[in-house]
Amino acid sequence: MTSATTTGWTRDQIAQRVAHDIPNGSYVNLGIGIPELVAHHVPAGRTFIYHTENGLLGMGPSPAAGQGDPELINAGKRRVTMMPGAAFFDQATSFAMIRGGHLDLSVLGALQVAANGDLANWSTGADDAIPAVGGAMDLVAGVKRVFVMTTHMTKEGEPKLVQYCTYPLTGRAVVTRIYSDLAVIDVTARGFALVELAPGINFDFVQERTGAPIIQSHALEARR
Amino acid sequence: MIDKRFDSARSAVADIFDGATVMIGGFGEAGSPIELIHALIDQGAKGLTVVSNNSGTGLVGLAALLRAERVSKIVCSFPKTAGSTVFPDLYRAGKIELELVPQGTLAERIRAGGAGIVAFYTPTAVGTPLAQGKESRVFGEREHVLEHGIRADFTLIKGRTADTHGNILYHRTARNFAPMMATAATVTIVQAAEVVEAGALDPEIIVTPGIFVDRVVHVPSPALESALNEAGASYP
Repeated sequence: MTSATTTGWTRDQIAQRVAHDIPNGSYVNLGIGIPELVAHHVPAGRTFIYHTENGLLGMGPSPAAGQGDPELINAGKRRVTMMPGAAFFDQATSFAMIRGGHLDLSVLGALQVAANGDLANWSTGADDAIPAVGGAMDLVAGVKRVFVMTTHMTKEGEPKLVQYCTYPLTGRAVVTRIYSDLAVIDVTARGFALVELAPGINFDFVQERTGAPIIQSHALEARR
Repeated sequence: MIDKRFDSARSAVADIFDGATVMIGGFGEAGSPIELIHALIDQGAKGLTVVSNNSGTGLVGLAALLRAERVSKIVCSFPKTAGSTVFPDLYRAGKIELELVPQGTLAERIRAGGAGIVAFYTPTAVGTPLAQGKESRVFGEREHVLEHGIRADFTLIKGRTADTHGNILYHRTARNFAPMMATAATVTIVQAAEVVEAGALDPEIIVTPGIFVDRVVHVPSPALESALNEAGASYP
């Protein structure tokens, strides 16, 4: 198994592919890191309303370097702006939006995703790690749909899509769909199921880099 | 006449006692009541249990309180923010206990504590290490975990504007945990950049009603953790 691929989607192309699947008017929480790229690829004619769990609905892009308000920040503690129609609220209200099922979509990164939709994305469980979870467990427990954006494999060439997670879980059976550099894959009652392959990537290439079987015949149904 | 103003941060925190549980508002530096924290460092109370979403950055504010080894336990959702070195060092050295709580569960435990709800069931963290050892129960075919409300002896928070009755308005995402923490402590202390007479604020827009607030300290130009850190500051 090779550790790197020279084909497939770039990070921005993955973000574009995620954005393509988000309906106009959706209330969306983007996780810190690679999911934040989704905001740069909103299809023409659509508006998404971004929620940041530290207490803002209607989050806008980052201000110019050195600008902005240190008390107008996102969940990654970076300065952001606010859009017309934005609202501020406390943490109990913010997590009522999350846990109460009011958000349409959460896009998160992953360390591992299991074939049943289990997600591990907060800790490798290493002895010297400082445990920190933030809002990830609340998001996966409460948001209607959970998309994972991730490289298909770790830097060490290990599959991130696995039969069972070995890292501590963030939530059980919570992931709806996975967008990697190689493919879009649904989590179904029968396990991983292919939705779409990245350009230049064939099914066997993806299956070889995945730690659990992928149902190939699902792709046509999913796009119908 | 009701007037909850105290003349200084020092006098407002004077009775915080050794072993007290202290809730401290803020998400990162946004909403961190840095002058109240510094006054608490000066005051000297130790063996504190702190409830706060993060653990501070650099060598000022909450990080400085930890560095002074006044805190024996922290209840927290995300103690390893970029620029946070004090907590990781203490934790690895076994000098501080951590109770890690998902952020939404932390918010709700504080809300419940302040609202007279002793415990509640939530789906958050089911199947994860953070649910281990906790009671669970199935509602509607879904497993939920029992979480307990939290109360504190003192709450330290930061507002933008307070009136003499303790009604508070906040600034943008600095609001975060403050409204719940205000409800959950025996004594709630707010520092506010602006303090006005009762009646000056529109009752329709008050976020924290004054019944939840005991002491108001006017801190006209509060320091920011990031600015202090950029300047290489440490406290004391």
